[in-house]
Amino acid sequence: MINKVVANAQEATKGIESGMTMMFGGFGLCGIPENAIQAIVESKINNLVCISNNAGVDDFGLGFMLQTKQIKKMIASYVGENDEFERQMLSGELEVDLIPQGSLAERCRAGGAGIPAFFTPAGYGTEVAEGKEVRVYNGKPHILETALTADFAFVKAWKGDEAGNLIFKGTARNFNPMMAMAGKITVAEVEELVPAGELNPNEIHTPGIFVQRIFKGANFEKRIEQRTVRTRD
Amino acid sequence: MALDKIGIAKRIAQELRDGWYVNLGIGIPTLVANYIPEGVNVEFQSENGILGMGPFPFEGEEDADLINAGKQTITHLPGAVYFDSATSFAMIRGQHVQLTVLGAMEVADNGDIANWKIPGRMVKGMGGAMDLVASADNIIVAMMHTNKKGESKLLKQCTLPITGVQCVKRVVTNLAVVDIVEGGFKLIERAPGVSVEEIKNATEGNLIVEGDIPEMRI
Repeated sequence: MINKVVANAQEATKGIESGMTMMFGGFGLCGIPENAIQAIVESKINNLVCISNNAGVDDFGLGFMLQTKQIKKMIASYVGENDEFERQMLSGELEVDLIPQGSLAERCRAGGAGIPAFFTPAGYGTEVAEGKEVRVYNGKPHILETALTADFAFVKAWKGDEAGNLIFKGTARNFNPMMAMAGKITVAEVEELVPAGELNPNEIHTPGIFVQRIFKGANFEKRIEQRTVRTRD
Repeated sequence: MALDKIGIAKRIAQELRDGWYVNLGIGIPTLVANYIPEGVNVEFQSENGILGMGPFPFEGEEDADLINAGKQTITHLPGAVYFDSATSFAMIRGQHVQLTVLGAMEVADNGDIANWKIPGRMVKGMGGAMDLVASADNIIVAMMHTNKKGESKLLKQCTLPITGVQCVKRVVTNLAVVDIVEGGFKLIERAPGVSVEEIKNATEGNLIVEGDIPEMRI
């Protein structure tokens, strides 16, 4: 068993540098690597290219890194919940690449899987298709999309073991498995860190081969973006 | 009387068929889940990685790890399953979902849809919309017939950046049900009490009216 455990977020983020490309798991605020983000904010590195489905909210998640102006370019599919983001984007301070969510997911998966490019129908006929090769398959036009990789991928899981195997919970899974594959150095923060042998091999979602460093997060706020309830009749 | 959002959702719910997997976009489409017809079993897929989405939780039972595409807390139903985003869009792109319902800012009479960007003003991003409209066979748009300025949203050509080309099949608005056919929008039903004249005046795109147009039965 190869041991991937590091002590904390500071140890886990050793080697991060300004100008790097980084991936962050999560959908909205669900399943985001809160502790790694905190360590990156404290490191004060900047000029980062960040790849994540969303950009957090003004005062949480990647929103922290926007406040500190550490992000030079954002690659995401939806940034609507963050007013500061929209402001920085519309003013030109922040470079933004908005890409379809499914293409983002598949580009990360492809990056981790050694598939340099693939064709998808998503975005054909829209500005997303500008400059991209088009081919017709099954009578339908598709555009060429390329794989995405990153110097560091920060993912969040529910449980992990010392070998780096990960299990996710609910919809906090989302982009974490694919980004874990696509990171040159993948850092996983977990709520529960267990010894190798405790997780059932049948139940592991992400094999430890994709994970280089794993640590138990010191603190998870797990903020809810839209607390929505129904009344008992 | 023109419909309100709930009326539109109720009418679209009539389109659900037993055994279908359905994706509901944010906004009016999410309301469709509240009006599933008696005896119809459908499963709701949410792009962020759940099949078997249930209703909103009761107060105190919210789970931060269980949300829908609009980032609202939800529950799951028996038979539900969680999966990652690549798998989610494999279901969508691979046409395993029978019906997609989403909102729009504009629909053109050739089926083009614009629902993700107002240049210089609203650039929130397309999220999963482009994947959904490019892949689904059966796309129903839920929207108001006119915008806040009273301008038609059913156009000859979209003026806003496009989400997908020639993909919408049916549009349900507060005034009407129209299908996209060769030649334009074909009027299928009128909202209760709404006249064909009123619908014609609110439709900038080519509107085809053949025979007597029945009222929606909600």
